[in-house]
Amino acid sequence: MALQSLDIKARSATTTQPPAARDPLHVAKLIDISKCIGCKACQVACMEWNDLRDEVGTNAGIYDNPRDLTDQSWTVMRYSEVEVQQGRLEWLIRKDGCMHCEDPGCLKACPAPGAIVQYVNGIVDFHEEHCIGCGYCITGCPFNVPRISKKDSKAYKCTLCSDRVAVGREPACVKTCPTGAIVFGSKRDMIEHAEGRIADLKARGYANAGLYNPEGVGGTHVMYVLQHADQPELYAGLPKDPHISPLVGLWKGITKPLMSLGIGLAVFAGFFHYVTAGPKEVEDEKVD
Amino acid sequence: MSTIQRYTAQERSNHWVVAIAFVLAGLSGLALFHPAFFFLTHLFGGGPWTRILHPFLGAVLFLSFMGMAARFWRYNRITPADRQWMARIKDVLCNRDQGLPEVGKYNAGQKYLFWLLVVCIPVLLVSGIVIWQPWFAPYFPVGLLRIAVVLHALAAWIVILAIIVHVYAAIWVKGSIRAMLRGTVSEAWARHHHRAWYRDVTGK
Repeated sequence: MALQSLDIKARSATTTQPPAARDPLHVAKLIDISKCIGCKACQVACMEWNDLRDEVGTNAGIYDNPRDLTDQSWTVMRYSEVEVQQGRLEWLIRKDGCMHCEDPGCLKACPAPGAIVQYVNGIVDFHEEHCIGCGYCITGCPFNVPRISKKDSKAYKCTLCSDRVAVGREPACVKTCPTGAIVFGSKRDMIEHAEGRIADLKARGYANAGLYNPEGVGGTHVMYVLQHADQPELYAGLPKDPHISPLVGLWKGITKPLMSLGIGLAVFAGFFHYVTAGPKEVEDEKVD
Repeated sequence: MSTIQRYTAQERSNHWVVAIAFVLAGLSGLALFHPAFFFLTHLFGGGPWTRILHPFLGAVLFLSFMGMAARFWRYNRITPADRQWMARIKDVLCNRDQGLPEVGKYNAGQKYLFWLLVVCIPVLLVSGIVIWQPWFAPYFPVGLLRIAVVLHALAAWIVILAIIVHVYAAIWVKGSIRAMLRGTVSEAWARHHHRAWYRDVTGK
């Protein structure tokens, strides 16, 4: 392995165990939505560090800009104006991007060996040089994150700045956030930090404040502190109980080895039928 | 050995276009189906080329198969005699062919294969278009993509199994392969395996 900090835990389309001698720190990024002011410095830092330049779009009359994640925009701020209580407008701003699931649906769906990897530290990374552009990762993702480039037909998404993390630095968005709404560290520390923030929010009247670390995908390595953790949908449709679609589970789970076995058995059945029952010959074929 | 014409040159060519397209689409599809088959991408110039070529091979398969289906449609209607023949499939498999119901141009096994393909190949086309990157997939919602990938894999699996049976049957029943290669079968072969068809074409 090139870097110990990038030891791989899971690798797409690979049925054997990757090297597992070490178990380094599990990392996480915590995004405290109650502290976010929607300045988009994280979007800029992401573009800058990762050398990405999206096309300049048009103003659609809302703050969301660009309107959606793209192969060039790995994180976007999503602005939701909601009235959780009558007459009390709240502006909920969620930094959207890859959640770095502990059980990544993209990796499960990917047919190209090594195109998607999960490091032992929890980061899910796309290695575009192995990507074949099939788009299966899109079907696997419960958060609608991967985007295929129109230029090269490769899938892109947030890397959690794996290159920075590998050398002991925090992701670019974390580094730049002016309010400290985004923090980075070990997953355990981030959960502990979130607990403090949640207690504070509860004391300020947000009775349903909580941590978004959904169990359905085994937890995530990007977590949110939500003022209204009971209604994550308020935050631009953050799924309440995300999980890998059962269809993808069916498609990529036990059925594929079983179907492959079925194909092999069919060939064997034919061969053994031939050596036992024998060919069907018409006796007088040559005479007639 | 006197022979009977079973397939015209056009019918044979059509069949082999389907067969070649099936083998190529099948191998490139298997490559993306399970990691155990990923090495097959080398036959097509690597992973991205396999992904690029597979849908076009599938389109050739669909078009050529539809041509063949149109040619053979009328010979494949299921009759009561087919059900009787199928009821005795065990005897057929054990080469105990005496007293089997008379068979027309196709036996019940061939007919069921035909109808299975008539159903599965359009399913492969439609589900394949839905997941065809980069041309069509971006226009479909992710929920539909998920259904399409499962349907595509399932239909492909059924077709692959059916074709394994089809190819084996051709090897098993001696005198069949020349029907599709040369176009002719022996009179004895026709009389034995397709008595009703034999009477139709020879008047005997």
